Parts: sequence; C-alpha cells; structure tokens
Amino acid sequence: MPGLEDLYREIILDHYRNPRNRGELESPPAQRVEGFNPLCGDEIVVYLELDDDERISDIRIGGQGCSISQSSASMMSAAVKGHTVAEVGDLTRAFKGMMSIHESSLGGESTEPEDLPDVKLGDLEALRGVVKFPVRIKCATLAWNTLAQAIDEASA
Amino acid sequence: MALTSPLDAERIRADFPLLGREVHGKPIIYLDSAATSQKPNAVLDAMDLYYRTINSNVHRGVYQIAEQATNELEAAREKVRAFINASSVAEVIFTKNATESLNLLVQSWGRANLVEGDVVLLSHMEHHANIVPWHMLVAERGIQLRWIPLTADGQLDLTDLDALVEGAKVLSVTAMSNVLGTINSVRTLTDAARAVGAISIIDGCQSVPHTSTDVQALGADFLAFSGHKLLGPTGIGVLWGREELLAEMPPFIGGGEMIRDVRLDGFTCNDLPWKFEAGTPAIAEIIGLGAAIDYLSAIGIDNVRAHERMLTEYTLRTLSMRFGDDIVIHGPTEPEHRGGVFSFAFKDLHPHDISQVLDEHAVCVRAGHHCAKPLMKLMGVGATARASVYLYNTTADIDALGDALEAAGSFFAF
Repeated sequence: MPGLEDLYREIILDHYRNPRNRGELESPPAQRVEGFNPLCGDEIVVYLELDDDERISDIRIGGQGCSISQSSASMMSAAVKGHTVAEVGDLTRAFKGMMSIHESSLGGESTEPEDLPDVKLGDLEALRGVVKFPVRIKCATLAWNTLAQAIDEASA
Repeated sequence: MALTSPLDAERIRADFPLLGREVHGKPIIYLDSAATSQKPNAVLDAMDLYYRTINSNVHRGVYQIAEQATNELEAAREKVRAFINASSVAEVIFTKNATESLNLLVQSWGRANLVEGDVVLLSHMEHHANIVPWHMLVAERGIQLRWIPLTADGQLDLTDLDALVEGAKVLSVTAMSNVLGTINSVRTLTDAARAVGAISIIDGCQSVPHTSTDVQALGADFLAFSGHKLLGPTGIGVLWGREELLAEMPPFIGGGEMIRDVRLDGFTCNDLPWKFEAGTPAIAEIIGLGAAIDYLSAIGIDNVRAHERMLTEYTLRTLSMRFGDDIVIHGPTEPEHRGGVFSFAFKDLHPHDISQVLDEHAVCVRAGHHCAKPLMKLMGVGATARASVYLYNTTADIDALGDALEAAGSFFAF
C-alpha cells in the first residue's frame, strides 16, 4: 500500500509552504488563463509573458487548491521560466508521461513509451508518487493544462 | 450531561455488511452518508431474491412470475406512499434519482407553465440539481431567478421573504442543506408561496432519509428525493406531486408504459403515476427501495432523527473541545436546527489533503464543493471537508474522526 510519504514528499511540502512565482502580472500584456478542476473546485490562474523568441520571460501563479495542485504549479513555474515554448512542450509531455504511464499500466507492467522526450524533470520528479493515488493526478496536472492553454492563447 | 440515543447502533451496524470491512488494514469508519448511505442486508437480499426468483418484466405479463414482480413493484410504491404520507399511490412517481425528479418538474411543469419574465425563487444553499435545470430554462424561456439569502450561521434569511416571493410562480428549496446540515422551516416557505399563488417544490434528498416526512403537512406541491441516500440502491428516485398538478402536466419522457394508446397520428397518456414512467423501470431497485423503507420504518424514522441529533451534539461538542479555534464547523450551532452533516475547515489545510490523511486512517469523508458552488462562493471557500452520519454511526466514529484529524494536523504541521 502506498503511504502518505509517497505522496507528500518533503520537496512538495516545501513548494506548498513557499510557493514560487506566486502573484499576478498585468494583463494585458500578460496572458491570463484560469483553470478549474470541476471535481474539487481547485482553481489555478496562470499569468504568462512570452518574448519575441517565444520564450517564457515571466510567469506568475494565482488561485487556490490542495498541496498537490499548488506545489505542482509552483514547481512548474520554476521549471518553465526562461524556456522556449518548444522546450516547455517537451517538458509538459515528459511530465504528463510520468503521470499517465502508471495510469495506463495499473495492474500491468510499467511500460516506458519510446516517444517520450528525453527531458530532465528535476524537482518535478518528486510528484512521481502521485500516480499511486489516481484521484490526485488531476490535481498535479491542473497547472500544466492551464499553462498549455495560456501558451496557445499567447501564441495565437 | 450524558448523551442518549433510542437506537442500539452497534446492533444496527451488524445489518450492514460493508461496515464490517477493513480499509488499509483498519476497520472502516464511514462518514459520508450524505453522499450515499450504506445498504442493509435486507435491501441486498430483496434485490437478489427478485433476480433469482421472479426476474421478469412488469405490467402486461400474465404469467405467474411477471405478476409477482408487478405486485412487488407496486407494493414498494405503496411503501413509499405510506412513508411520506401521500394521499394516493398515483402521486408517487419513480425516477432515476432526485436530480431526475427535479429535471422532470422543470421540463414538464416548467415548460408548460412558465414564460419570459416569470420568477422562480431558489435559495443560496441549493444543490446544483436544483439550480442548473432552472438555468437551462432561463436560457430557453428567459425566466428570472431570485435567491433567498443566508444568515451568518447558514440558515435561510427570511427577513425579506414576503418581498422575495412576491410575484414568483415557483418556490424551489431544499428541506435540509447537504453542506451545512441546516434544517429549513419548510412550512413557512410553502405558506408564503401559496399566499402569492406560487407552486412549491421541496428537495428532500437530505431530509427524507433522516427526518419524518408528511407531504400533506409540508404544504408543498412537489417533493423530490433519492433512494440511495435512504439505505436503498442507486438508480432509483422519487417524485411526489399533488395529483391535480401531475394530471395536468405533459409527459416528460415518451415510450412504452407511459401510454394508453398509440396510433400513427399520435398517442394518449397512461394514468398516473405510469404517465411519467416510460420504459422498463428499475424493478430490482424499486423493490430494494421498498425493503429500505421497511427497514427504516421498523426502526422508526423519529428514532433515527433522535440518534443523529445525539451524534450532532456529540460531534459539535467533541470537535470544538479537541481543536478549539483550529476547526470551524460551518452551519447552525444548535443541534435542533441541523442534521448530521458537518462541513468544516481545519487549520489551514486543504480539504483534499485532510481527506487524504483521513483515508490513511480508514476514515471516509468527502472533500470538494458538494455540488453547491454558489454556496461555496458565498462561504468564501473553494471546497470543504464534510463528515456526515446516519443511524449506523456511533460516537466512536466521531472519536476516530478526531484522532485522524489530529494526525492530519501533525502531518502538515509547518
């Protein structure tokens, strides 16, 4: 049985207690997108600024939610700042791969999809334990889905 | 003061097989009956017996087991009638759940009777099932919604009720909040509605399983509730309505069973209640609901309420003694104004994180918006953790909740 320590790793609790890039950016020029988890009412607001090279020049996170959704958003903001949209796309796929590999292999052997980008997840690895708690996967991916929408709208 | 209950909850627990199981190696502590109740053996056995011995489609079968199945189904309807003191079985309509019952009313009565500008009066503590169907009619018809506000302790604020109900065509409110536990003064509301010629609809999802219901004393025109919250199976709900109103209403879903005659150029409706029961009904579930009502009636619904009142007093007292200002229990502070539903905030922990730790201790509570987002917004929260009790819960369950909350507090201690 997975224990609470598998879910609530120390680094996750650290991001929850001390969220990075918390706040707002003036919108416009920043892109502002809200994401909701209709199951639990959690809410993430992503403020995003892209420079002319499609690089994330600044990002801020607002909203409220559980430790998993908030820490995931905090770690995400730290991981994507300064990176290009293409790099963030790879990171997002790698992160979602980490979240869904287990989802699709529940009860079976774990398979590593070959087309997953070779990206270092760094601190985000701490969220790997979330896959053992399937109802919480949506908490961890909320910020990433919201970011993807913000990038789409900012690039449009 | 010692708290007493007319029920022997330990003996009652033995009737519920699920309550004997373990979760994570610990005996389960089930505190989520406001979402769905557990089922006693009597209900499981009745449904099993139907499938094993008389499974056949109801009505129109002339062979023996079809007649038996029909008799069992209609006997269950009579049990529901008696349980809510309806004046006739024609007024007892089986639906899928309370949500469908409310949608039936909006789609049938609402579309036949409401036009642009007509006012429907709801309250800030309604479940989405009593909000969204009306929003759909707003979009289609341009009706207007008004909202009864709440007091600081989560009761309906009836100060301006006369002004709010003035000109309304419909009043539709819950008898007991699924978030705050608030027991509303239904009679005051239905009297006010009748005085201005409005019909009144009561969402009895939380009240019918826990308090005695007499539709003739309620003064309402319609009542909706679900079977699965009152010890019955999922997939079966009830709509009660005054016969003269039901008789005038157009059908909701068309098909078999709800017709008297079908021709190439049209159809005529069946009598009540079958007019609103198109298609093969949930036969096993209806029989299961009948068994649940038998079970509750044998125990006595007033005894259930007395037991839960005791648990309410114990919960409010115990949690505030153990946690002081670290816990905020939403809703009325007096046990007589509330049922056994406790939405709470604990320290600054998110409800999801609380319930995750509680699960580790085999304590089942709900975390989220409880399908009441407008109420959450009014309360200024995105979600709450909610514990809720029924006749099979004991003070030991509440102590276990307290122990698990303590563990959650230390786990997330900053």
